[in-house]
Amino acid sequence: MGSNSSESGATFALPEGFQDFTRDWSADKQTFQVPWGKAMMWIFLLSDTFIFACFLTSYMNVRMSTRVPWPNPSEVFALSFGGDPIPLILIAIMTFILITSSGTMALAVNYGYRQDRAKTAALMFITAAFGATFVGMQAFEWVKLIVEEGVRPWGNPMGAAQFGSSFFMITGFHGAHVSIGVIYLSVVALKVLKGDYEASGNYEIVEITGLYWHFVDLVWVFIFAFFYLW
Amino acid sequence: MIAHAETTPPARHPLVSFILRWVLTTNHKEIGTLYLCLSFTLFLIAGAMAMIFRAELAQPGLQFITADFYNQMLTLHGLIMVFGAVMPAFVGLANWMIPMMIGAPDMALPRLNNFSFWILPFAFFLLLSSLFMEGGAPNFGWTLYAPLSTTYGPPSTDFLIFGIHLMGISSILGAINIIVTIFNLRAPGMTLMKMPLFVWTWLVTAFLLIMAMPVLAGVVTMMLTDRHFGTSFFEASGGGDPLIFQHVFWFFGHPEVYIMILPGFGIASQIIPTFARKPLFGYASMVYATVAIAGLSFVVWGHHMFATGMPLAAELFFMYATMLIAVPTGVKVFNWVATMWRGSMTFETPMLFAIGFVVMFTIGGFSGLMLAITPADFQYHDTFFVVAHLHYVLYPGAIFATMGAVYYWLPKWTGNMYDERLGKIHFWSAVIGLNLTFFPMHFVGLAGMPRRIVDYALPYAGLNLFTTLGAWMLGLTQLLFLYIVIKTIRGGEKATDQVWESAEGLEWTVPSPAPHHTFDTPPRVE
Repeated sequence: MGSNSSESGATFALPEGFQDFTRDWSADKQTFQVPWGKAMMWIFLLSDTFIFACFLTSYMNVRMSTRVPWPNPSEVFALSFGGDPIPLILIAIMTFILITSSGTMALAVNYGYRQDRAKTAALMFITAAFGATFVGMQAFEWVKLIVEEGVRPWGNPMGAAQFGSSFFMITGFHGAHVSIGVIYLSVVALKVLKGDYEASGNYEIVEITGLYWHFVDLVWVFIFAFFYLW
Repeated sequence: MIAHAETTPPARHPLVSFILRWVLTTNHKEIGTLYLCLSFTLFLIAGAMAMIFRAELAQPGLQFITADFYNQMLTLHGLIMVFGAVMPAFVGLANWMIPMMIGAPDMALPRLNNFSFWILPFAFFLLLSSLFMEGGAPNFGWTLYAPLSTTYGPPSTDFLIFGIHLMGISSILGAINIIVTIFNLRAPGMTLMKMPLFVWTWLVTAFLLIMAMPVLAGVVTMMLTDRHFGTSFFEASGGGDPLIFQHVFWFFGHPEVYIMILPGFGIASQIIPTFARKPLFGYASMVYATVAIAGLSFVVWGHHMFATGMPLAAELFFMYATMLIAVPTGVKVFNWVATMWRGSMTFETPMLFAIGFVVMFTIGGFSGLMLAITPADFQYHDTFFVVAHLHYVLYPGAIFATMGAVYYWLPKWTGNMYDERLGKIHFWSAVIGLNLTFFPMHFVGLAGMPRRIVDYALPYAGLNLFTTLGAWMLGLTQLLFLYIVIKTIRGGEKATDQVWESAEGLEWTVPSPAPHHTFDTPPRVE
């Protein structure tokens, strides 16, 4: 086995990045230095990506195939504070809040690895609070659409019936994800605060929670772009 | 912590403790056994359904059952075979073998493993209970096409939807568990490119499950909202598009086909080298071919929909992409043949099943190529030719591979050798039954007999009688398999640890029967 190195190197020279890649994949025992929990979350998020993709694709399909004009998002989602209605203002604020929560989450992960219990837990609670605010504003938006504008899953006064179908389906599914995330964040934050991870000194769970949270955020960016801006 | 060693476990009725043991088990071998038992039970149930509709199809006209009941049988046969027989069988084998093949003490997440199994009986209880409901079981075919399943579906369709949700959760959790086990629990020295092919194919399959099952869950959820919440995703009268259902369904459906075949490839790649007494030919190309097939499986869904009126460019793309799959599949077939070439072959039952798999799967592969040709597909579409194709791929591909695997590893699981003579009888009667069943379907299909219809025109009568006789033979043969397995569990000639003369792999280094815990200290792989 003296020629071990020449065994993995092919006769033609691979670019440097590929060499590292092959070395990693043919390495002893672990391919990635990724602990189980994190690997599981990544794989779960992969599957979640596909389910959101499924809904968004169907939405785009009905939007393109419908013969009735699609309601104008700038008007439907406008909100007025006494004066003229401002298009998309609520959604803009919601997006801003959710993106901000990603920032606080990243800080929490950082403090987690420094084993700063109080700050980690505090930042996670702040993240959860942002999330809860987001869900609250979404609930407000739903109420406004349902009660004031008469949007239903099966129809609405402004145009294509699919608007309601897709809207409630996609934002509902996303909102459920955010709500679950808020619970998840709070549980982990409480456990951090109680010092449950002190014994092992392993604060990976904070990062795993963060992965989920950033994913939910990222999905929102797509929903924002495809649903509200299109 | 020591304290609870002193508390004596409460005395339980033996039956209670027996049930609790199996309900609460987190041992990968026991969960594997549970999966295999469930799978075989459902295999017999779905097989019995096929017997029923084949009896009806023996002659033209209506003899035994109504058209609606025929449709219900057809639907449940498809759904249960796919989700109840084939997939759990492979997961069961994965549970049993993957930890033993990579030198791990157990699966990475034993409790999750338990959970993902115990969801399944309830999922199938939901699905099967629909048979006894007002309006009958779902009757729109396993593909659940809208609007048949939305506007016209019987009330029991909702049970089907929730059943599918549960199966999806079970599959996704199981797949996560398998991936994490393979990535994190390999014994020192077991590099990825040294893993047995069964493990490799399962790794790829698990990724397919992760990416395909959510799409199915998504599409049945949209079905549910269409049925009950007034949405009209698939409802043309409401401005929706029934075609998007087919697109999304087949985006799941085609990878699903490979979910049902890739572990079979892995099993053949384990069995053939053992009985050819030669190392597998082209190990690396096998791995790359598996990955290539998996990748291509996500871009060929349109070939199920050629007849729906796609743009020409899309038809061409899907046609060429589908044909491209024949390349990696061909690599595999040639590798198996090259492994056998000039080997010192013996033909024990597992080997017979593996060879039967290679030969008949290739027949199914060729008819698949015929179906991939778009203009020809316009003729073949929705005829019995498609039925012949998919059964030639799946019966030898998934069922023969699983049975070969059971014969191959049963001595390791039970410590006893199976009855070789009965095993050979089982194989040959299954091969004859299978070809008698499915080969005539090619002819009636090419002659234009439509699939999924309870009655047919007189000229198709003769060959359909053959098919029915073959189907009954094939079905009854599987009872012999059950007998052989039970007989082996109860006793028989003791198996050695090595079991097969030139079998290689970590699973043959542990005693037969494999003890409850294997590899307390990880073995070292050179």
